[in-house]
Amino acid sequence: MSEPLLKVENLKQHFRISRSYTVKAVNGVSFEIYPGETYGLVGESGSGKTTIGRSIIRLYNPTEGRILFDGMDITGRLEGKTRETLRENMQMIFQDPMASLNPRKKVSDIIGEGLDIHHRYQSREDRAEQISAMLRKVGLSPEHASRYPHQFSGGQRQRVGIARALIMNPKLIIADECISALDVSIQAQVVNLMKDIQEETSCAYLFIAHDLSMVKYISDRIGVLHLGYLVEAGTKEEIFSNPVHPYTKSLLSAIPHPNPEVEKRRKSIAYDYASSGIDYAKGTEHTVGGTHTVLATDEEFEKWTNQR
Amino acid sequence: MSETPKKILDIKNLDISFKTNAGIVHAIRGVSLDLCKGETVAVVGESGSGKSVTMKAAMGLLDSNAIINSGEILYTYTDKDGNEVTTDLLKLSRKELRRDFNGQRIAMVFQDPMTSLDPTMTIGKQIMEGMFLHKHMEKEAARKRAIELLDLVGIPEAEKRFKNYPHQLSGGMRQRVVIAIALSADPDILICDEPTTALDVTIQARILELIMDIQKKMKLSVIYITHDLGVVAKVADYVNVMYAGKIVEVGNVNEIFYEPKHPYTWGLLSSMPDLDTDDERLYSIPGSPPNLLHEPKGDAFAARNQFAMAIDEKAEPPMFQISCTHFAATWLLHPDAPKVEMPPELKTRIERAQKEVAKIL
Ligand SMILES: Nc1ncnc2c1ncn2[C@@H]1O[C@H](COP(=O)(O)OP(=O)(O)OP(=O)(O)O)[C@@H](O)[C@H]1O
Ligand SMILES: Nc1ncnc2c1ncn2[C@@H]1O[C@H](COP(=O)(O)OP(=O)(O)OP(=O)(O)O)[C@@H](O)[C@H]1O
Ligand SMILES: [Mg+2]
Ligand SMILES: [Mg+2]
Repeated sequence: MSEPLLKVENLKQHFRISRSYTVKAVNGVSFEIYPGETYGLVGESGSGKTTIGRSIIRLYNPTEGRILFDGMDITGRLEGKTRETLRENMQMIFQDPMASLNPRKKVSDIIGEGLDIHHRYQSREDRAEQISAMLRKVGLSPEHASRYPHQFSGGQRQRVGIARALIMNPKLIIADECISALDVSIQAQVVNLMKDIQEETSCAYLFIAHDLSMVKYISDRIGVLHLGYLVEAGTKEEIFSNPVHPYTKSLLSAIPHPNPEVEKRRKSIAYDYASSGIDYAKGTEHTVGGTHTVLATDEEFEKWTNQR
Repeated sequence: MSETPKKILDIKNLDISFKTNAGIVHAIRGVSLDLCKGETVAVVGESGSGKSVTMKAAMGLLDSNAIINSGEILYTYTDKDGNEVTTDLLKLSRKELRRDFNGQRIAMVFQDPMTSLDPTMTIGKQIMEGMFLHKHMEKEAARKRAIELLDLVGIPEAEKRFKNYPHQLSGGMRQRVVIAIALSADPDILICDEPTTALDVTIQARILELIMDIQKKMKLSVIYITHDLGVVAKVADYVNVMYAGKIVEVGNVNEIFYEPKHPYTWGLLSSMPDLDTDDERLYSIPGSPPNLLHEPKGDAFAARNQFAMAIDEKAEPPMFQISCTHFAATWLLHPDAPKVEMPPELKTRIERAQKEVAKIL
């Protein structure tokens, strides 16, 4: 296999809120993403998914660990040139579209900003044409270009964020809940578009989402995050057909089905970390088979894999 | 249900346009929708079809470039003297709405949590604010209640989180804070605009169950705007399907999921990724939604409808009745229309769903 595009090693990200209170958002997470691959990151709300994304794109200084992108170490202070390559080759689609779009800028300038910074057009017409084409691809219309972010619906705004990232043809896109505000038909359109672009340019995605059926659909490999720990990872087949960690099992059992008679009667498998007796800090990476790994102590691993 | 449920919110023929640089956008084109006491109504539909704008109109929170062309939003409640009153919310000023209705009788959870939170104020303060304003609670009592609410919506270490600012929370935590604020007022009507988009399935289930629980105890009426059809299946009594500023199909939840009649609803149900199959490509409805800058003549869905007939280009279909709760606006239901069946893939999918139901019954 080729070299990984992104390598995250033992990443820790802690936030000190007060003298006595530090939030340990990410606690030693390692994973790799290869060119042309989609890595799905799922997990509980507050488990550290966005923080991992923001650490990778270096909106935060990692507390501990190492991040390698395209062979460059991007963990420490960034040199001008490294920063430049990073800005051009890595894009993030943010979870909260309203907060990440400048309210005083027209949509054409928001989407065109990257083009402007990196001089990616020949003429004004070329710039306008690129922006129009991108708007159409995400299911908006060129006439939307002159509007301001607040004049859009939630899902339209989310697509502006997607267009802004995709127009740069980056090598890695961190997509944080990027389709959550879209109806299923436009979700399908955007996801198909992301797949097409991937086929064309071999870009990689770190796809953060809570919708497991969509994650299953788009991802090659999946990592399950809980309380800042990567509790289980593997190919999508490995995770969906053979979940080992009790949190993963609980997560998969909670996927809502679009079937009212079934859904109104269904009970999911409960999982409560506090009373489970599991201590993530004591666990180490155990291999279930293939690329499938789970965070566990030897006894836990024994117990969970013999259960079936 | 023993007694006939009472209408609490009745939106009639709502019609709204927006002035923009590129011209007038006719965003809401005659929406009618009702909600009865204690019930849950879901609104689903195309992104940009007008779901949020409709609900914002009820809250008096339309953008300044909005023009209400016509319609009424009738709200029926019991006033402090115990009399039943019906008011048209569209006739009230922003000030009256804010003073007497918003946040206390009608609470809304907005789609973009960051826009409804004040970035400069701790979340604890923001939850307590409403309790001071509307309920005149003592500080200590409000604090206790606020922490309880944070705990109820599943925020761990609620006491410590109380002093956090919004940016110190994860997306889903912010969303839950907004839900806690809405619930803090014990409203009659709760409008949730994409309340669980940022939540993982386990926490989502917890929030939905919490709201259902409150609903049973307090007879709360709820409107969910959501794209998540799994959520709709779980919570809704009735479902409204919106397309291009109109409600194109309405029915009880079983009618919409097992016997959908509108081709847009067919497309929507067909677009869901299916956990049981390994399709290479997801189905998505061909074409794009009409641009309401240039309003279409006839049925707005015609251009994307593989079953469209000549009349679809000429006249807008009325709502045809299918059962006492089920209506759809498509010419396919006209007695003279040729018999058209839903796409076979969807049919198989629904049959599979029904087999699953038979298994558990
Ligand atoms: N800037 C910050 N300051 C302090 N704490 C933070 C900050 N950013 C995140 N946190 C905390 O880190 C933890 C992880 O947050 P993060 O946003 O990564 O979660 P997430 O997995 O993306 O959740 P969600 O699915 O709800 O978006 C949370 O406890 C959050 O409160
Ligand atoms: N202030 C505004 N100026 C101009 N157009 C607007 C304004 N606000 C909303 N619109 C338009 O009105 C239409 C309906 O918007 P609305 O927010 O109700 O959609 P929605 O159904 O909630 O969609 P989503 O699911 O994406 O949130 C959209 O086409 C949107 O672009
Ligand atoms: Mg997040
Ligand atoms: Mg909306």
